[in-house]
Amino acid sequence: MTAPVTERRYQGRVHERSRQLMSAWMAELGRAETERRPTGALMISGNCVELLRACHVLPMFPEVTALQNAIRHKSLPLILKAEQAGYSSDNCAYVKADIGLFLDGGMGPGKPIPFPTITVCNYVGCNVYVKWFEHLADLSGSKLFMLDVPFARTAEPTAADIRYVVSQLEELIALCEEVSGRRFDIDELREILGEAARAEEGYARCKELCKARPAPFDAYFDAINMMGPINVLRGTREAAEFFDEAVAEFEGLVAQGLSPLTEERFRTVVEGPPPYPYYKNFRNLFTRWGAVAVASTYSTVGGIWEWGFRHDPRRPLESIAEQMLRENLTNRTIVARYGQIKRYVEEWDADALVIHSIKSCRLFSAGQGDMREYFTRELGVPTLLVESDLEDPRYYAEAQLRNRIDAFFEALEHKKLVAGAR
Amino acid sequence: MTLEQILDRCRELGAEPPGAVARRWKAEHPGSRAIAAYPVWAPAEVIHAAGMLPLALLGGGTSVELTHADARFQSFVCSIAKSSLELGFQGLLQGVDGFVFSNICDVARNLASIYRRNFPDVFVEYLHLPQNSTSPAVAAYTADELRRLAAALERAFDVVVTPTALTKSLETYDELRARLRALYTFRIEEPQKLSTTELYVVLRAATLVPPEESIAWLDTLFAELVGRPGRPRDRLRVVVEGAFCEQPPLGLLEMLEEAGCYVVEDDLLLGWRWFTGAVAGPGDPFERLGAAYVDRSVPSSTRHEGRVHRAAGLIEKVRRARADAVVFMPAKFCEPALFDYVLMKQGLERAGIPHLLVEFEEKMWTFERTRNEIETFVESMLFA
Ligand code: SF4
Ligand code: SF4
Repeated sequence: MTAPVTERRYQGRVHERSRQLMSAWMAELGRAETERRPTGALMISGNCVELLRACHVLPMFPEVTALQNAIRHKSLPLILKAEQAGYSSDNCAYVKADIGLFLDGGMGPGKPIPFPTITVCNYVGCNVYVKWFEHLADLSGSKLFMLDVPFARTAEPTAADIRYVVSQLEELIALCEEVSGRRFDIDELREILGEAARAEEGYARCKELCKARPAPFDAYFDAINMMGPINVLRGTREAAEFFDEAVAEFEGLVAQGLSPLTEERFRTVVEGPPPYPYYKNFRNLFTRWGAVAVASTYSTVGGIWEWGFRHDPRRPLESIAEQMLRENLTNRTIVARYGQIKRYVEEWDADALVIHSIKSCRLFSAGQGDMREYFTRELGVPTLLVESDLEDPRYYAEAQLRNRIDAFFEALEHKKLVAGAR
Repeated sequence: MTLEQILDRCRELGAEPPGAVARRWKAEHPGSRAIAAYPVWAPAEVIHAAGMLPLALLGGGTSVELTHADARFQSFVCSIAKSSLELGFQGLLQGVDGFVFSNICDVARNLASIYRRNFPDVFVEYLHLPQNSTSPAVAAYTADELRRLAAALERAFDVVVTPTALTKSLETYDELRARLRALYTFRIEEPQKLSTTELYVVLRAATLVPPEESIAWLDTLFAELVGRPGRPRDRLRVVVEGAFCEQPPLGLLEMLEEAGCYVVEDDLLLGWRWFTGAVAGPGDPFERLGAAYVDRSVPSSTRHEGRVHRAAGLIEKVRRARADAVVFMPAKFCEPALFDYVLMKQGLERAGIPHLLVEFEEKMWTFERTRNEIETFVESMLFA
């Protein structure tokens, strides 16, 4: 290696604004009980947060709580608590961390986040969601609404699929009216969807900017700062404005030719969620090599905005249904994901694919060996597959990861040198 | 055929790879096709109504060494997903013309598309089975999904699924299920006359031959079973729960009984006895099947049922079978079974029903540790 690559002190307004917005949301949730505002638990994947918002039900996301606990190194005791209660070491650790928190009384009344008033399982992609929310509803005693979203199995959602999801959304509206005691106003939903579309536009533009050389931010590690606003706060004016600011900031960086690192040596596409308990450590393993993610699949779990889909205020419920059915990563087949990654590699001009395989998440990971086969054998894209977990620190073996990552980039560097010499 | 001959025939069938089963059947029925379904529930009626042989894709058991599939699926994925793929790589499914997968779990979802990618020449259809059990739109949606399957079969194989044929198939499968239920009832009454491995091989064979054939076997079997000698022993009556997808090795089931249990209920091969009552009747058969999926499905970990608690179906089974305890038998890494274990276990504890957890893998071949655990459990129950 030549001069060591480090991170620039670049984390500016985007990072700070995201943090502020998310803290404000948490604080709002914390006050919900005293203010007698109903809350609704939702999942991140292809969610219908706009609808809850329009129904005056404050959205809460157990996945966000779980990942925040992991980042703060608080997940292990919670996971262990759930395992003591009978959950298997092989079960999704997100669920265990969340259940552990419940068993700890952590979300209970009087504590920062109240129990959800309703539990809305947007069954998009992951089957574990069903289990998770069954258990959550069982523990919290809240009403469970199972919003069944058919998995993508035809090129486009069928008319029957859309009708089916819309009819369930209508039922959900009725349930929310009951819970909140307020009448649903379709015009309010249209307005919210307008704000959502603005945020989607901004996020898509940010991602587009990563086609620049160097990319202005890391579309895997830094995308996390945008995933809160786009998935949780979508539909608010604040989220839309957040993305306006983000676009301005990243456009500025592109104009100055600045990367998040002191040097961009490798452009990668990253597949799979990050290991939240060792987020920074994991990032450093790539920083050392000057590897910057120019695109990632994880940042599209809530929605794939970069291909142009926007919520449409003129077709409010239908466009919500379409987003849940098709316009997100997890409700598509793993092989459809190969197509998405291939596009990233080509259009974002990446040197390699990095697959971070999550032990306890089979939705993402089961079959990633096949994905690697496809990219290395059939497309000739250098592919690295490493394994740990998104929530369980016991599965993070840094020395092993470092060896694999170093060996991979060494080989890639060698390949570049040889190609350059030709 | 005598009872023993039927059992032998069923054992042989179950030991054959699905490809061989399909090829033989097709040789006897020229021009016909065979479609296999991944567990749990299989829309066998629709396949049958198209004049095809519906059969189950149940992994490779102990019969295949994983040489290709291990590179596709990681270590933390259940064996049935890997060995089902391996059967394909090793050509052991040649003869099977198509496959139906559904959303029983995240692994099955991914397997469906990976299967299609690796075997682009075979027919693969993926069904979405609803997880919403109460919304008014669910039954009609399920009917639509089954119509979509029928249309796909029609397109791919130049067959037709007429409403009359489907109604007839619903009737035939109703008859089969009624007999299977009767067999289960018989075992509840006289477990000493029908061991679980015997019941299992019959059931497994029923997933590999046309329903008309298994109905005939079951009739003969019944006639003989009644007169079969057998003295009741002092054993623990247990329900086996969690083995709905990956199949436990026969040796494990045998050992369970040797170690002092009568298995009086189980959720093995649930798909072929999925409905709790008759499905056939007047009206559109797709609608009937869709409605039955919503209202008459057996409780299963792969399906959300919002109207009753997760443990209720199991407790009901325990009571109906007059069982003393539950042996949870999930496949290793099986997410739906392992998650449900927690809610079910809590439910059993509230109801004062003892239970034991025994994980398995299809390739497991030594059972000594498990035997000890079961013997200890049985002793603590029978002699405490
Ligand atoms: S299995 Fe994966 S996608 Fe599903 S809840 Fe767990 S982490 Fe999320
Ligand atoms: S054994 Fe369990 S995890 Fe594996 S495919 Fe079947 S249901 Fe899914």
